[in-house]
Amino acid sequence: MSEVVLQSIVKRYEAVPAVDNISLSIGEGELVALLGPSGCGKTTTLRMIGGFIPVTEGRILVGGRDVTHLPPNKRNMGFGFQNYALFPHMSVGENVAFGLQMRKVSRADIARRVKIALDRVKLAHLSDRLPKQLSGGQQQRVALARALVIEPDVLLLDEPLSNLDAQLRNEMKLEIRRIQQQLGITTIFVTHDQDEALSIADTVVLMRAGRIEQQGAPDDLFERPASHFAAEFMGVTNLLPGEVAGSDRFRLKGGDTILVPVAGRAGPHAFAIRPERLEIDGEASAANTLSAEVEIATYRGLVIDYRVKTPSGLCLTARRPSPAAGGPAPLPVGRPVRVSFAPEAGTLVPM
Amino acid sequence: MGLVSINRIYAAISAVVMAFVLLPLVAVVWVSFFSNRILSFPATGYTFDWYVRAWAQDSFRNGFITSVETALVAVVISLVLGVPASLALVRYRFPGRDAIQTLLLSPMVVPGIVGGAALFMAFIELEIILDMDISGSLPGLFIAHGLIALPWTIRLVTAALVGMSPSYEEAAQSLGAGRITTFFRVTLPIIKPGIVAAALFSFVISFIDLEKSIFLVGPGRTTLQIALVSYLEWNLDSTVAAVATVQILIIGVLLVASDRYAKLSRAF
Repeated sequence: MSEVVLQSIVKRYEAVPAVDNISLSIGEGELVALLGPSGCGKTTTLRMIGGFIPVTEGRILVGGRDVTHLPPNKRNMGFGFQNYALFPHMSVGENVAFGLQMRKVSRADIARRVKIALDRVKLAHLSDRLPKQLSGGQQQRVALARALVIEPDVLLLDEPLSNLDAQLRNEMKLEIRRIQQQLGITTIFVTHDQDEALSIADTVVLMRAGRIEQQGAPDDLFERPASHFAAEFMGVTNLLPGEVAGSDRFRLKGGDTILVPVAGRAGPHAFAIRPERLEIDGEASAANTLSAEVEIATYRGLVIDYRVKTPSGLCLTARRPSPAAGGPAPLPVGRPVRVSFAPEAGTLVPM
Repeated sequence: MGLVSINRIYAAISAVVMAFVLLPLVAVVWVSFFSNRILSFPATGYTFDWYVRAWAQDSFRNGFITSVETALVAVVISLVLGVPASLALVRYRFPGRDAIQTLLLSPMVVPGIVGGAALFMAFIELEIILDMDISGSLPGLFIAHGLIALPWTIRLVTAALVGMSPSYEEAAQSLGAGRITTFFRVTLPIIKPGIVAAALFSFVISFIDLEKSIFLVGPGRTTLQIALVSYLEWNLDSTVAAVATVQILIIGVLLVASDRYAKLSRAF
């Protein structure tokens, strides 16, 4: 269990940076999610920490120890692979025992520790099975047991849930969190799924094009995205470009002016507001009200998404509970509506 | 045209092709049992005599032993060189990688006669420099057959490695295994089917070679194929058919066996 510090990590492939100057401090026992679209450098960063990809520049410290140039087998890190990478020719028990054999642990201790590790993931009864005889979720658990049995300083997980179906993913997510907290092990996991990152990480690090776009607690990122990209990636579908036009005013492209907290910003920005925060036909006294017309209605089970268009050509998506969730009757396409929102319901992000 | 009739046409074409491939083999096996003293049709009777006579012939018996020995050594050479080479070619990126791969596969595309002649001349040059026998010696033959088998080993082992995710090796390393331990405990067992297939196939490729060997055998140390050709120069009876039948059997068994380990089609 150790803190992990990345100091200005750079990875270049023939002058093209895949990871471009990343500095990050991960506290002991913290669970950090590296989040981002494919190609953002998150997996490259994780693999550099694991020692599978040489670092072009910068240093990696684990518990104060410089591991930048150590081979993976000298780093004492547990690595969970996207495809689990269980050795197909070894039984579950042998897979888990492998790391202990490498550490020259005595036979009796190996048996005991393998048992504990498999108990932790509730699979002790499958010790003699071959990996191919297990389900995806069971394989993931074995992989986790195998990575943890060596008592690593850090646990690294590469898209641990991407090969599981939705229900199992949820279960595994909680399981990873439970074990991580039980052992208090510093954990870094890579994902492209914001929901995954938000629901189990202590800190979410959003990456883009090899750099850190924004980092913070899950609610921080979700509620206060600091950039256009962050807002978009965190699921803010309404990003309205425009320009700051006063101490509390923002002029949208197309001409409408809205009231928003400007907080000292100036110049071109986008107003980011979630579809849930747009009210349809709410109180007439709301600070910002735009008249519009329903263009498309998308039924999504518990909610209905309405794409509305203002006379100035502005397109917005508003979300309302569907009748199934106790919401009002659906609106027909073409119906004129009033869309309103409070100034603090959204944020300005730089373009 | 309906699907059924298209399938019928495919079936008919397949049957013709199969017949074209198999008929000579069937004919050889059949002829090997003819009791005619000189190879001719129709059979006057049937006998096992030719098999007995074949084994009684020194040239065939010794040729068979030499061929088996040579093939076994060729297997060892091709594996010892081919497995590490495949590993390097698949797992690492380095300058000249493509060139090396082409070079290692080239014995497959150079006509056997050309390769044999080239080796023969190279051996002669070496003999002059080193003042020792190579061209007519067993080691010379071994080296040549190792070369014949090498590209096939590289093909099969490379295919096995490409099909194996590097994450197995990375997992072993992250668990504390060094490169060598990783190779023996993880890589080798996982690509074992490819290696077994490569070994069996190398054996066959070496065993059936005629063109390269013809330049490189010394007096009294010929391979079975060369013994067969020499015999045919002066004799025309069913002994050759008997020897061929035994070979068909051995090679058939080996090919079926290696195909069970790794689909040979992946090597082509």
